[in-house]
Amino acid sequence: MIKKRWARRHLAEAIVKALMMAAFVVVAASLGLILWTVIVRGVPSLTWSMISQTPKGGYYMGKEGGVLNAIIGSLYLAGGGTLLALIFSLPIALYLETYLGDSSWGQYVRLSLDVLWGIPSIVYGAFGFAFMLALGMRASLLAGIIVLALLELPIMVRAMDEVLRLMPVDLEQAAFALGSTKLEVALRVVTRQMLPGIVTAVLLAFGRGIGDAASVLFTAGYTDRIPTSLMRPTASLPLAVFFQLATPYKEVQERGYASALILTIIVLIISLGSRWISGRLNRYTIK
Amino acid sequence: MESPAEVRDLNPPTQKAQSSASLNLETHIEVRGLDAFYGKVQALKSINLQIPKKQVTVIMGPSGCGKSTLLKTLNRFLELTDGTRITGQVIIDGQDIYAPEVDETEVRKRVGLLAQRPSPLPMSIYDNVVYGMHIHHMKRNRKEYKAAVRHYLEIAGLWDEVQKRLHDPATSLSIGQQQRLCLARGLAVEPEIILGDEPTSALDPLSSQNIESRLLDLKKDYTTVIVTHTLRQAKRLADYVIYMYLGEVVESGPARQVFNNPQHERTRAYLEGQF
Repeated sequence: MIKKRWARRHLAEAIVKALMMAAFVVVAASLGLILWTVIVRGVPSLTWSMISQTPKGGYYMGKEGGVLNAIIGSLYLAGGGTLLALIFSLPIALYLETYLGDSSWGQYVRLSLDVLWGIPSIVYGAFGFAFMLALGMRASLLAGIIVLALLELPIMVRAMDEVLRLMPVDLEQAAFALGSTKLEVALRVVTRQMLPGIVTAVLLAFGRGIGDAASVLFTAGYTDRIPTSLMRPTASLPLAVFFQLATPYKEVQERGYASALILTIIVLIISLGSRWISGRLNRYTIK
Repeated sequence: MESPAEVRDLNPPTQKAQSSASLNLETHIEVRGLDAFYGKVQALKSINLQIPKKQVTVIMGPSGCGKSTLLKTLNRFLELTDGTRITGQVIIDGQDIYAPEVDETEVRKRVGLLAQRPSPLPMSIYDNVVYGMHIHHMKRNRKEYKAAVRHYLEIAGLWDEVQKRLHDPATSLSIGQQQRLCLARGLAVEPEIILGDEPTSALDPLSSQNIESRLLDLKKDYTTVIVTHTLRQAKRLADYVIYMYLGEVVESGPARQVFNNPQHERTRAYLEGQF
């Protein structure tokens, strides 16, 4: 038999493996800790009235009410922002992939998007606010949606771009061989092949959008009412968490954790739902 | 045996009459002074060729000799690769396909390509065949599309195997079936010319045989140009042979003549297996 000797290469292998395990544990433990905190501190306050009522008078001093305004507001904001971002992102990503490719212009656009991705969301908020002031607009659902769309756009485009780059070359070539134009290849073949990946990109952007507080702070404002018009201000869950945690009352702080739990559950539902959808779309894709 | 001069020039009708009875040497594709570059590397060096109509022409030669490159210039496919440059003429039915006013998608419709590995589109078996007809608006209604799908799947010898599962993903087929699906899909846009870029090299022997017999059946209606690196396949399929070496056409002519009595030293060496 040939025995395994503890040569340096085996030692190196063992060390690197241990480091990778450690990295995984750090990530998994952080996630677990966050979930644990939110659940332990949020569940006791997570009552039906939390999700079915808007704040009543004295809510922020521990009296009755809930955060329905923020739940609806957040869904409106992130839903609208994601939809708006998607309308622009998909053509940009397809253009980037189909027409620019790896040309210097393509690289330049990708660099710009990466820079935009890295800009802190408060800057988007401040930019939106300055713009609104110039136009004489007030904080509103519409302004919040637009700023969130701007925030989500680079994430969505770059995530889609990475997905589109995984497109098998053979597949595009097969479509070209049948006499397709670039547009037909993009819309009928690339989009179809990449739909599961595109769904994931949209979800990633939605997650970022619904969780962001700074960009909507100035632009969407905050209100205890459920928005009835695009031109009215609207509440959002991240800000609800922030305001409640900032009060001196313990019950209200715990409702802050409950609100965070609601936000987490919404993201979880959307995650699982989109995974289910993309699993179904996966049926025809070429692996 | 014909003289080399006759082989080089296929056009004059007098010589057509003289050529061997099995060959109908009406020219379908004519290549004139074709050069192709990948960046600064010249892959094709002033190629001049005539490819006969409704015959199987086989392009052979050692790897890297430019045979696939030459094939891909015949349907304006090479230009899809970044950094390629093509000069010269490829004349199909009297029309230079590289002329500025020519629509390359129309060229690719008329000149179908069967790739090395089957590459089904991300859709059902049925939709794969319909795809090309859809984009070119070739049929008027569902009924016509359905009939056409059946027709082309039958020609490709796949209908019996898939008629009960037309709406399954194309990827659920075996690789040999996928290649026949790609053939059906290519034929569905009604090309006049079929190009095959080593179309059986990824397939098992039985599937290869199946594809080969399809191609032989199809030659009564289509001009076929096949690239292959297996000499035996070339001998089975070819009516007309082009031998390439280092980006140049060394020899071309009717299969029997090139195989039995190659005019060129390099061709002889290749046929005797010195590569």
